[in-house]
Amino acid sequence: MNVLYFAWVRERIGLPREEIDTSAATVADLVEELKGREERYAVAFSDLSALRVAIDQELSDFDAKLEGVREVAFFPPMTGG
Amino acid sequence: MRVAIQAGPFDPGRESAVFASGRKDVGAIVTFTGVVRDTGDASLEAMEIEHYPGMTEAAVTAIAQEAQDRWSLADVLVIHRHGRLVTGDMIMMVATAARHRKDAFEAAEYLMDYLKSRAPFWKREVTAEGASWVDARDEDEDALSRW
Repeated sequence: MNVLYFAWVRERIGLPREEIDTSAATVADLVEELKGREERYAVAFSDLSALRVAIDQELSDFDAKLEGVREVAFFPPMTGG
Repeated sequence: MRVAIQAGPFDPGRESAVFASGRKDVGAIVTFTGVVRDTGDASLEAMEIEHYPGMTEAAVTAIAQEAQDRWSLADVLVIHRHGRLVTGDMIMMVATAARHRKDAFEAAEYLMDYLKSRAPFWKREVTAEGASWVDARDEDEDALSRW
């Protein structure tokens, strides 16, 4: 699955996207898996209330299931306009 | 309906004229242009706007479509830039055309409120003291509840 990071999430993790082989059932499970990998992930995902998630380019939430999903993106609240 | 997500500048006068031309059933056109302004305490060197290619176009199109479904509109235009901008640069514009002004005004405000918090753009301010990501404001999230 493609995992994308934007804004300060991208900066803290240190890359804009990566291919991740995971059997995580939900977004929250994927986050826990990533946090266990390395400190930079633990730092980026330390406060989930400050993060938003998109699944296959649609806004979603951390309880969402990942079965059949191709792309997950993590980013801070949006500041367009 | 036209949605343009672009790095390059746009000419709001020309865009407004093109948007308004050749319409017979429209009594009201509202346009809004967002401009990069100086920050309060430190002089802004640049405003960098990151976005999520692919999702940005889809999200903005969905927001514009929702506006068309909610109000009686003849047309909608949304232009939003990304990349590095400086003070005075125009970041984005929306235009709405309707038979009556109430639809045009309300739909334009709706578009602005949703583009601010539901389109995947992230602003980063660069000043002499360094760069920092612009935090989303509670007021912007609260603004959505009135719709």
